[in-house]
Amino acid sequence: MITPPNYTPVPGPGSEPPVMEVGHSRIRLLWARTRLALHSFRTGWSIFMESRIGVLSLVIIGIFAIMAVVHPILMLTIWDVDTYDPVTGYAFDQVNQPAAPSWRHPLGTDPLGRDVLSQLLWSTRSEFVLGITAALVTVAIATTVGAVSAYYGGIVDVFFMRLADLFIALPGISLLIVLSALFKLNLFYLALVIGILGGFGGTAIILKSQALSIKVKPYIEAARVAGGGHFHIIFVHIIPNLLPLSLLYMMFTVTSAIFAEAVLSFLGLLDVRMSWGIMIHTANTGGYLMGGTRYWWLVVPAGASITLLCSAFYLGGRALDEVVNPRLRRRHD
Amino acid sequence: MEASLAHTPSAETERLVSVSGLTRQFPVGRSLFRRATSFIHAVDDVSFQLSRGDSLGLVGESGCGKTTVGKLLVKLIEPTSGHITYRLPGLDVGEGTENVPVESADISGGQLRAFRRQVQMIFQDPYESMNPRRTIYDTIAEPLAVQGMGTVLDRVDMVSEILMLVGLTPPATFLFRHPHELSGGQRQRVAIARALVVEPSFVVADEPTSMLDVSSRTGIMNLMQQLAHGLGIAYLYVTHDLAVARYMCHRIAVMYLGKIVELGETEELLRNPLHPYTRALLSAVPVPDPGHRREPPNIVGDLTAPIDPPARCRFYDRCPLATHHCRDNPHPAFEEKAPDHWVACYEV
Amino acid sequence: MTNPQSAPVLKVVDLSLRYLTRGGAVKAVQDVSFELAEGQALGLVGESGCGKTSVANCLMRLLPDNAQLVAGQVLIDGQDILSLTEDKIREYRWQQIAMVFQAAMNALDPVYKVGQQVVEAIEAHGVEATVSLARERVARLFRMVGLDPALMDRYPHEFSGGMRQRAVIAMALACDPRVIIADEPTTALDVIVQDRILRELKGIQQQLHMAVIYISHDIAVIAEVTDRIGVMYAGRLVEYGATEDVFRAPLHPYTAALMGSFPSIAGEKRVLANLSGEPPNLIDPPPGCPFHPRCIHATEVCRQEIPPRVQRGSQWADCWHPLEESAVPESVEAGEV
Repeated sequence: MITPPNYTPVPGPGSEPPVMEVGHSRIRLLWARTRLALHSFRTGWSIFMESRIGVLSLVIIGIFAIMAVVHPILMLTIWDVDTYDPVTGYAFDQVNQPAAPSWRHPLGTDPLGRDVLSQLLWSTRSEFVLGITAALVTVAIATTVGAVSAYYGGIVDVFFMRLADLFIALPGISLLIVLSALFKLNLFYLALVIGILGGFGGTAIILKSQALSIKVKPYIEAARVAGGGHFHIIFVHIIPNLLPLSLLYMMFTVTSAIFAEAVLSFLGLLDVRMSWGIMIHTANTGGYLMGGTRYWWLVVPAGASITLLCSAFYLGGRALDEVVNPRLRRRHD
Repeated sequence: MEASLAHTPSAETERLVSVSGLTRQFPVGRSLFRRATSFIHAVDDVSFQLSRGDSLGLVGESGCGKTTVGKLLVKLIEPTSGHITYRLPGLDVGEGTENVPVESADISGGQLRAFRRQVQMIFQDPYESMNPRRTIYDTIAEPLAVQGMGTVLDRVDMVSEILMLVGLTPPATFLFRHPHELSGGQRQRVAIARALVVEPSFVVADEPTSMLDVSSRTGIMNLMQQLAHGLGIAYLYVTHDLAVARYMCHRIAVMYLGKIVELGETEELLRNPLHPYTRALLSAVPVPDPGHRREPPNIVGDLTAPIDPPARCRFYDRCPLATHHCRDNPHPAFEEKAPDHWVACYEV
Repeated sequence: MTNPQSAPVLKVVDLSLRYLTRGGAVKAVQDVSFELAEGQALGLVGESGCGKTSVANCLMRLLPDNAQLVAGQVLIDGQDILSLTEDKIREYRWQQIAMVFQAAMNALDPVYKVGQQVVEAIEAHGVEATVSLARERVARLFRMVGLDPALMDRYPHEFSGGMRQRAVIAMALACDPRVIIADEPTTALDVIVQDRILRELKGIQQQLHMAVIYISHDIAVIAEVTDRIGVMYAGRLVEYGATEDVFRAPLHPYTAALMGSFPSIAGEKRVLANLSGEPPNLIDPPPGCPFHPRCIHATEVCRQEIPPRVQRGSQWADCWHPLEESAVPESVEAGEV
């Protein structure tokens, strides 16, 4: 029999994170946690800002956000409702409609005499609401479905995966066209439908495969030995480790939602007062799309906005990808 | 197998864990619509006991089923057949039934919670056994939190105390770090802290030092021994390294393809190995002494997987002593060939 | 292979290497010198991150882009291979010096047959004129490492861990190298397989009269297969000598601590020494002796000045307070405090 020797404690590394005495207060605990959260946010942020596409996407999204905020301010201050309302306004100061850009109407007016800039700014807000709602719905569903079907496996997994196959097989836009014929699709319902299609479809499969690789990690077994139940393991261990990837797919869903809205509006199938798609739709029904570049202000602002905002969210997703794999990055340092 | 139940020296009441006829098979090539036709006999009819404060080393090559035994004992997986009986404080089946033996199969619900406080595990991989997104505090406090032990502030104190106990001082510098900020040795100290924070009576350690560097390895081994002795914890130490098992354990059990082939008091087993497999294993271990000369291990062939093994001695194909008797009879019974020295072999 | 035993086949002189990283230059190898004669086996031991593998990569000239050779020479038969051009180096690699990688570490390409991979190595270096001659050679190599030549047309996934390691050894032997570097050749293998492979490597070494460098963290393996040992710490060779002498009476406290921390199945059961603390940061290593923060014998001079070289018979160490021969057991005990 041997006697256990005295051991020398391993000296702790530097004391960068919060230092506390053994007797602490709740406030100190909270403060330590906040600093920790801030610290990891700052690290993630600096990685994000290191990639050029990340900065670019942020700048573009920032500009659109400003545009969305500016519209109500302009309506309250220098724009009168009769002239500048995006739907019911009429530019009495112009003789011919659509009118070319001028000082009073920087992006001209549409065939019905409405100010194009006002329409563009007004629509920005709804595009954001649509994109983000659809993305949140998708990610909430996909993360839960992915985690649950990976964790339980068996019949639960089979059910959700066949459901996903079905949703992928459904042609998205055509389905939306059918739905819009049956129901009055407003932006909120559209966001919901896109969210459900994505959430039970492809995104769920991607998140499930990620969840499968988390499920077999020894820390899941360690959590079970600690006494954690199914609920604890899914929500404390699996889902938080899925979230970075979820966030990435959230960005991509925003892109597809904005694009789907543009297509449906262009076809005139949405119950929406104004949107970028409707702007192009209006130009098209008036026959101005055939006129070459002569009536550019009817098409270019809306078209460019759709392209820019979609790519900005996509690029943002790509930049997040770098942040999402922190361990991958750290090995390069 | 019944005979083996009697081989622990300690009294009946001191017995913490009794394993008898423990068997676990894994189906090969099963799917939702196809029933498996062959099985890996990962653990086959294994029996042993552990008493309070005892330490048993489970030694064998990769794939011999030693980790499966560990997981069965902490109820991460359930046995195909056989019994595990625990006699643990707080694990009673009703009024006034303190310290009554409880069958593993009967533990569920509220009893499982009590069980999780008494039986803990230390995992092999210090890099993968902790959730990378959770802090050291979250990791160690997890068993306390899921079992609702103490308030948040109590838990911070408990975690700080255990951090000091495992040599991570001052605790405040470690509490809110993430695992990737620590070295392998420090993480394994955290893993020990997580296992011990609920004050268990029995711990399964699954090769806790095999992935560590030389310098931190000794520290972890010494720490584990010191804490186990100090807190009176019994442990099952799963390892492939006989030298480590010798250092860590009172008794050693040698496993081969799902069977325990030899079990005995550590020094006795190393001095006087009886089973031909134990002998081969011992003679294959390199010794850090250039003057030491070893005979090549007396064993033939390569390790195979125990998929539907034939009903004879598992070691028959590789055994230097194998006879017709070994071939024509089932796997030999586990017998006490010397005091407290158990062997499963016809030829010794 | 007719050179006299005494002529060193490999000579490393004052080798220094660093890696340029964002945090600064990591001084991975510093002033490492040693010699190796034909038929000799050298073991390099130390904790992970002590520079063992960096030395091996220097010898193979397999260095990542951010590596910078600061100084030194690696001479094989008097030819400095560090000054060779990239074209020349390809001829030299495998024919003069070859490496046995850890088989677990993707040393074999899973999409090609194992024999094919060895044949290609032989063809690429023009050792055999035709494919059929090359295949015959591979069959010979397979037999030499204890593999059935019929296994040549199998894929790596059909091999067990031990067989894969044998195939990797056969690959290293493909072009009759004069020096072989075995980097953790048996880590991740079971003891019985490890024992067989070490015995075979040793047999091949004696049969072909090769020089072998073993790199391992397992000093028990090193003790059995080598006749020279080099102990590395923080990028420096801190002790070097005949394996038996170093194990019997280490000069450097680090060597003693390393040996004292290894459990053994032979001999009396003893308390293992705790080597407390962690190896130093190699971007900004401590001044003086790199081991002083963890050394129980450290004094003021160790903290300030680079230690001198102390010689005793075949053995030398860089230390201000080398251990006496008789003081060894005591120093091991002391290591735990």
